[in-house]
Parts: sequence; structure tokens; C-alpha cells
Amino acid sequence: MTATKTDAPVAPAGRGKQPAAGEPAGPARSERVSALVQQHGALAVLVVVSLVASFSFDSFATGDNVGNMATSSAFLAIVALGMTFVIITGGIDLSVGSLFALGGVLAAWGSRHGTLVALLLPLVVCGAVGVVNGLLVARSRLAPFIVTLAAMLGARGLMLALTDEGAETYLIGKGSFLAELGQGTTFGLGNPVWITLALFAAGAVVLRRTRFGQHVYAVGGNEDAAALMGAPVARTKILVYTLSGVLAGLAGALNAAWLASGVTILGNGMELEAISAVVIGGTLLTGGLGHVSGSLVGVLLLKVIQNVINQIGSLDSSYQQVVSGAFLAVVVVAQTWLGRRRQLM
Amino acid sequence: MAEAALRTVPLDKARILHWLQTYGVYAGVALLLVVNVVITPHFLSAENFRTQAVQVAPVIIVALGMALVIGTEGVDLSVGAVMALAASVTALYLGYGLLPALLVVALFAAGVGLANGALVAFVGVQPIVATLALMVGGRGVALVLLPQLEDLRNPSLASLGSGDVLGVPYLILIAAGLALLVAFVVRRTTFGRQLLAIGDSRPAAQLAGLPVRRVLIVVYVVCALLAAVAGVLATARLQASDPTSLGNLMELSAITAVVVGGTPLTGGRVNIAGTVAGAVLIQLLTATLIKHDLPPSWTQIAQAIVIVCAVYAARGRGKR
Repeated sequence: MTATKTDAPVAPAGRGKQPAAGEPAGPARSERVSALVQQHGALAVLVVVSLVASFSFDSFATGDNVGNMATSSAFLAIVALGMTFVIITGGIDLSVGSLFALGGVLAAWGSRHGTLVALLLPLVVCGAVGVVNGLLVARSRLAPFIVTLAAMLGARGLMLALTDEGAETYLIGKGSFLAELGQGTTFGLGNPVWITLALFAAGAVVLRRTRFGQHVYAVGGNEDAAALMGAPVARTKILVYTLSGVLAGLAGALNAAWLASGVTILGNGMELEAISAVVIGGTLLTGGLGHVSGSLVGVLLLKVIQNVINQIGSLDSSYQQVVSGAFLAVVVVAQTWLGRRRQLM
Repeated sequence: MAEAALRTVPLDKARILHWLQTYGVYAGVALLLVVNVVITPHFLSAENFRTQAVQVAPVIIVALGMALVIGTEGVDLSVGAVMALAASVTALYLGYGLLPALLVVALFAAGVGLANGALVAFVGVQPIVATLALMVGGRGVALVLLPQLEDLRNPSLASLGSGDVLGVPYLILIAAGLALLVAFVVRRTTFGRQLLAIGDSRPAAQLAGLPVRRVLIVVYVVCALLAAVAGVLATARLQASDPTSLGNLMELSAITAVVVGGTPLTGGRVNIAGTVAGAVLIQLLTATLIKHDLPPSWTQIAQAIVIVCAVYAARGRGKR
């Protein structure tokens, strides 16, 4: 009985169909159903909501609206990708919202010194903050929650110091490569969308098919067991926080390129949006279980809900928060219930 | 003899660490006070102390509830949203008088606390996610009820916000009274013992037959009620209800105060005096930097460093 319990979180990839010896077929099937709902429930809801919305509102399923939704989802999606890795190791990264803002400001500031600086500077600085987060979590064994909370304050402080307390907005020149990267389109979809899709494809391969990805699952499943098996626990943790920082910086830089300026008020509350998206996508906050495609679905679901509420003209945007909050509550209740069922099986 | 004793103490790393863990926050407050007396003009005026105390009072009240929740190995991210909710509900029901408005505020806050507590205690959701949902949803509800800032003209609310007894503002008296009450509850009551036992080990508390679910729910309700008190007081001081920005990042200030004050995030221990000192420390730090014309960005960076140092110093505590 306990075999299935430990099996599920640690090795979700290769050994899915391997019921423990002597287990009857019935519970195994209902367990598979539970797992299916847990991992793909968000996708089903996304499809239903999108279908209902496209029948209810003429302007929902138009090319323009879908394109806008895709582009505005792209930045949150990139942040959520890094967050997925962190959460699968059982951690959390609250600094991504500040790093998003910092990345945007650094990209805009760097764009006057050439495209290379504009692209590399946010990645390097935000990556460095991620490294510090990772070192404090992995080596000093401080709680991820509080370390990244401090990083959140520190990074926003740094961003404010760079912009004369938020008064200065650096612009990105028209026609530069950076502006083209953020604003241009390829095959009808914005460049940020393609970049996001490429990053998610790469993220999925890394998580599923590489040694590092397996270490991420192992650390999140059971840290002590991972250490005893010889997995490099500390290195894995440092890497995921670095990855999260770099991706947040990249998302901020792309967003700045899209807006043609380093806006200083962005990114507030983004860490919570990203966490919501990851959790809605079926990744467990306890770690060890989850995948990147779910996070993408979670982001899209949040953005579709936002779009639908905007379409209903009479509701102002604060209803979106009510719906998102209620939705998150429903999802976590359902997940906890499904998770408990799986453990009981 | 005295010299010898002084010389051996610094070598004893464990003892220094222990001393820092217990008294570090008070030493920090004392240090900041001394530094300010020397370098800040007009620091020693009664008016200045009054201003600082009035500013820190809502943070202290929220931090008290947060300390209880953290003592059960939880965390409550929804406190800022509850403050906003309290502000907008106050504005809506103030027409019926202050007391009815306060009752409705308490009802709303208890509702949020119940939802948090039920999610954590009955469903078994992690506190950070459960309260995250209420944080997002709660502020949404506050904004739906009252979409923008509204000026409040009510004499009793005004006197609550700016009145005083013998020169001590009501805000400070209320904060001090609540701090004493919470400290008493933690130290001297069965409920306090049960709370700490649950924070130490929830399975053990369950096996020992403690009413784990009831205690958890009460803790989250109390935390929400304290946040609502802070929200009403802040609204009374502003003479305006501002659900958009009231209580923004309050959850972080409160968690910071609790952690800097020496309450470990791992639960099982609550340090109320330290929590109050932690809130005062952050307030003094911010005030010092602002009075010397350092930009707010420095304040945030300094706050980040203080948090990391405090957590680092508290690191070994969980193992004892």
C-alpha cells in the first residue's frame, strides 16, 4: 500500500503504470482517475470556460483578443515557469515580482548601451539575486519563505534606487532589436509568445528528461532520501532559485521591451499570481509533484477569467480578484481531497 | 576577575548566539534609540515619540495575531486584505453609528478567519495557500464594496483615531492593552498551551487528545479580528476609508516584526514582547533613515538585511 504513496511523488515520469504487487485493479483505476483530475483538471476548466466565453461574447474568440491574451499571458507564464521548478523542490520564491520590475528597469536602462547589455544585465543581476536566495536556502538552511521575502524587499529597493525613487522611467528606443523582440510578431503571434513557448518546451524537457530534472523531483519528494541517494540537494536548490531569478528578470526585460519602457510600478503581487497559476496547474506546494505544462494552463486560465470579466462591461476589475481568490480556494480544496484519496488507496 | 569574565564570554560562540537570539531585538531597539539621540535633532521630543508610536500601533496589533498563527506553524497572508475589508465595511455601515459598524466589521473579519481556519484545520490545505486565496479574494470583496477612497465624517470615529487620555493616544493604549492580553493568553491559559503544543507537533497534539481543529480555527479568527481592529484604527486615523491601499504589504511587515522578534517560523514558540519590539525596531529603522533624508529604497534594502540577519541568528533555535 505504501508503495504507491511513495511511488507517485518521486517518480512520476517513467514508472506510472506499475501497480504494487497484489493490488486490486479497482483502486488502481480510481487512483489513476484522481491523478488525471489533479493534473489535467485545470485544462478541462480552461476549455469549458473558453468555450462558454466564445459563445457568450462575440469579441472573445477573435484573432485580436486571443493574440492580446497570449501576449499578456507570456510574461506571467515565464515567471510561473521558474516558480514551478522552485515549488517542485518544496520551496517558494516571493522575490519574482520585484525581480520582474528590476529586470524591466535594468533592460530599459541598459538599452542605451546596446542590445547585448540590455539583454544580459537583467539576467545577470536577477540571476545573482537568485543565487543569493539559493545559497541562503540551501547552505544556511533558512526558510525559503522568509529569505525570498527579504529578497523581494531588497530587489524592489534596488530598483527604486536605480530609478530615482521611481520617478525616472527609462525608455527603449523604437526600432532597436530589443523593441522588435518585445513588440514584433512572427506568424501572427507576438514574439514574447514564441519565446514563452520555446522556454516551456525546454523546461519540460529539462524537468522530465535530464538528471537535473530528476534531482528536482527527488529533492521535493523527500529531501533526506534524496541526500542519502547521493543527489546533490544543495546544488539543485541553488540552481532552481537561480533559474527562477533569471526567468523573472527575462520576463521583466521582455515586458519592458513590449511596453518600450522600464515601468517601475509593475510586478506588485506578481509572485502571488505566479504561485496561484502553478498551484491551479496541479503542482503540489509540498513539492515532489507537478509539471510545467500545468503552470502554463494555470496562467492561461487566470488570464481568460480576467478577460471574461473585462468583457462583462458592468463588472469592474475588482471582481476578478474575488473570482481568482474563490477559484484558487476551490482548486486547493479539490487538490487536497484528491491527494488524500490517492494516499488512502 | 571582571576582566577575565569579559574576556572569556566573547569566545563562547554558542553563548553569544543564544544571547543574540533572546535579547538581540531589544539590543537593536536600544542601539537605534541611542544612535538617534546622538545624531537626530529633536528626537527626544514627546511629539516625535507620539508620532512613532501612533504609526507603529496598527503594525503591532496585526503582528500580535500573526505571532499566534506562526506559533501554530502557520502563516496568515490575508491580514492586509482584512484591514482593507474592515475599512470599506466601516465606511458602508457608519451611517448606522459607530458601534453597529464595528459589529459588522467584526462579523466580516470572523468570516474570513473562519474560512482560513476551516481550510487549514478541516481540509488540510497549507496555511500559505489557504490564506493566499483569502488575501486575493478579500481585497477584491473590499474593492467591490467600496471602489474608491471615501472621506468619513463621524465624530466618534474621529475621536477614536486622534483622541487621547492624558496625552497618550487611544491607538497606543489599545495596542498596549491587546499586547498584554495576547501575552497573557499565550502564557497563562490552556488555550495558549494548546496553541504552542499544536505548533510543536500537530500529530502529537492530535494523539494527546487536544482539540486541534477548534484551536486552529480560533487562532485564525483571532488573527483576522486583530487585523480588523488595526484596519478600523488606521481608517479612524486617516478619517477616510481607502480599501485600495490600506494594509498593502501589511502581511509582510507583520511577519517581519514576528520573525525579527524571535518567534521561529517552525512554530511551538511565541514571543509577544519580542514581536512588539520587532515592530518598534523596524519602525525606528525606517524613521531614522527617513529623517536623515535617505530615500525609501534604502529603507527597503535595510529592512531586507535586518530580516535575513534576524532569521540567521534564530537558525539554531529550532534544534534545541
